[in-house]
Amino acid sequence: MTEGLPADTIRCDACPVLCYIKLGQTGACDRYGNFNGQLVRVDPHILLDRAKSQGTPLVPFLEREGEWDGKLLKSTETFVTAIGAGTTYPDYKPAPFIVSSEVDGVDLVTVVTEGIFSYCGVKLKIDTDRHLGPERNFVRAQGEPVGHVTTAEYGSQMLSLGGVHHLTGGSKSEGRVTCETLLDLCNGKEVALTIDEGARIIVAAGKPPIVNGQQEERMRVGCGSATIGMFAKQWFGKVDEVVVVDDHITGVLSEHQAGKMLGLRETGIAIAGRRSTPGRYFQVAQPGTGWGGTNISDPLTILKPFKHKFAWPHLRLLMVSTTGEQFAYYELDDALRPIEKELPQQLQDSVARIRENCEPALTTVLFMAGAGGSLRAGATENPVKLTDSVKRSITRVTCGGAPSYVWPGGGITFLVDVSRLPENAFGYVPTPALVAPIEFTLKKSDYASLGGHMDYVRPLADVLREKQRQRQLTSLPENPWPLDPAAENDPGK
Amino acid sequence: MRDPATIRLLPDGRRLHLNDGPIDLIVAADGAIENICRAYEAAAARFVTILDELCGELPLLRSRVGQNSPLPNGLIALRMFTAVAPYCHRCFITPMAAVAGAVAETVLAAMTRAAPLTRAYVNNGGDIAVHLAPNQTYTIGMVECPENPSLFGSVEISEALPIRGVATSGWRGRSFSLGIADAVTVLAATAAEADAAATIIANAVDLPGHRAIQRIPARQISPDSDLLDLPVTRAVGLLSRQEIEQALQAGLSVAQELCSQDLIQAAALCLDEHTRVVTHPQERTSMEIIRRSLLHA
Repeated sequence: MTEGLPADTIRCDACPVLCYIKLGQTGACDRYGNFNGQLVRVDPHILLDRAKSQGTPLVPFLEREGEWDGKLLKSTETFVTAIGAGTTYPDYKPAPFIVSSEVDGVDLVTVVTEGIFSYCGVKLKIDTDRHLGPERNFVRAQGEPVGHVTTAEYGSQMLSLGGVHHLTGGSKSEGRVTCETLLDLCNGKEVALTIDEGARIIVAAGKPPIVNGQQEERMRVGCGSATIGMFAKQWFGKVDEVVVVDDHITGVLSEHQAGKMLGLRETGIAIAGRRSTPGRYFQVAQPGTGWGGTNISDPLTILKPFKHKFAWPHLRLLMVSTTGEQFAYYELDDALRPIEKELPQQLQDSVARIRENCEPALTTVLFMAGAGGSLRAGATENPVKLTDSVKRSITRVTCGGAPSYVWPGGGITFLVDVSRLPENAFGYVPTPALVAPIEFTLKKSDYASLGGHMDYVRPLADVLREKQRQRQLTSLPENPWPLDPAAENDPGK
Repeated sequence: MRDPATIRLLPDGRRLHLNDGPIDLIVAADGAIENICRAYEAAAARFVTILDELCGELPLLRSRVGQNSPLPNGLIALRMFTAVAPYCHRCFITPMAAVAGAVAETVLAAMTRAAPLTRAYVNNGGDIAVHLAPNQTYTIGMVECPENPSLFGSVEISEALPIRGVATSGWRGRSFSLGIADAVTVLAATAAEADAAATIIANAVDLPGHRAIQRIPARQISPDSDLLDLPVTRAVGLLSRQEIEQALQAGLSVAQELCSQDLIQAAALCLDEHTRVVTHPQERTSMEIIRRSLLHA
């Protein structure tokens, strides 16, 4: 069947149909196409329909079969995203869609393109106190290095995955696996990762991380010392000593400033760790996936014998982790040894309070990429002017209609929360590189002055008329409307 | 890298969406909640092997069916083959003309076997298999172009009628057509039969040799098309009212013939905003055309 086919015909391996796809055509599924001889995912071009009311669910228009309400789209209520728009790569030609629309009397232009990003990756924030692995160690998928462990942040561990060195700098298999991992994470799918000398994790954007087979439930409310400070009053009178076990700072109630303020009696407790300030201890154990992000499963291992000078029989001791997920209650016997007892009702409430103050633990995924010169040339004849107008906030950058944060400094390097994009907004090319949507919106007059491709500007109504291969979605209510003059460009808002 | 099959509930939390390669199904069921769950589980379990089953004998399924054609092995493939066989004398046809309908009715059968349901449908890109318990009905809207949904009519299917399949074919759709119909919607006993018949009737709505119609050999677009080098419609220019009439009439006479042979129960033919309807003489099927110039057959 291959004989006589033009050389630029490719065979798609996305499913067992194994279509031969000619240049510029798509396969039987209409999802994959041959773009300049490369297999590219070309799902229908997505237009965002402004949500009329808060909480309108994201429903692909095509799937409302037979239930269409006959509504015609008002032009300013529709934003043309770059998802499925096609790209300018590899030659310098105007972006596939340069769309003009009028919003509140102002003519706006949106330059819509899909970028092929070799310089891209994801930053993962994994809400966990468990030790995932030493800083700088490799993060692997299917055995291939796809990124590394970077800093620990408050209640979270950060990973940096992808980047040009993993995508194109290593072996072919490293590049392919990195691309697949990034694509899955960006499209909200689950990915299994291992960290050298560390944990096995399963992560997906917006879902709780699973560390060594255990699903994380909650983020800690504060370090062990902070927890003591927050709950000291609630423990007062109900227990003689509390130890909040934490990999960072373990807190001890009777020695802590908060306990002293309440006039708590010295208990003779001795902690096996490095004392920082009163009631605060570093390094009570090794980092791990046990209590409060340490490697311990029996909390008594961090205690040395009670000092007989201060301790007394029947002394009541609560030990609890920073998230309240682990706890144990002891009373001292006549030899001043802690004996585990059932947690009294009056302390159960305080443990539950710690737990409920800990927010749900999630993995969040930010996609980070740099818009290269040829992409920028698709928007204007003088690419640096586009960069400049983005820096001066004249041009708004969105990614599939979602707000982005543009990193200060040279170039257009942006970050976007992948969970704010429509489903399956990302694609890939076998280079390997990721395909991501990017839209630049600015005033028409500004576009002209920065050397925009004015001859290619088309009215929105004109684009909407090409109904084939378009798909209308409702915008996510948490995203600012990309064409709103008041819309904040700050994704943190 | 092979993409895994998608099995998920749609955001309405009610309908099931199944996707694998080119197969894309929307599934809905009415009944007791535990029965719906069992039916959805059965649908998903049946679904995941379908693409591999079909691809296992794809070359045969893409071949023209003739008198001495070997029978395929798979059960879905057999449904496809059986649905297109009545047309193999009249024209070039391959089992692929009924693939969407055959997949839909296969998944629906797995659902109704798993649990009692009052109503259910499996919609495979416009080719729909329906299940109706006694005294139940479905109202189905008809559109000309799936990318630009605009109802041109609706049809009510009740349990008493011998209709369990609805299919639509046209040159604007995902698969190729030899004709110029924007949409031909067919009601038949099964989804596979409706699918095959819609293809045949849509091919017949045509103006052979007309200059305003652009046609390209199928393989110039898709190298592995089952239609080989048959000219498929890529664009239809301006047609006069008379030409529209003429093309619709050509399709209509085929549709009437299929009705009289009990191959279909009804058909609605749509071209350039003109619609014509054919119904089986013995049945009380009513297709309600709600818009524009209704030309009675």
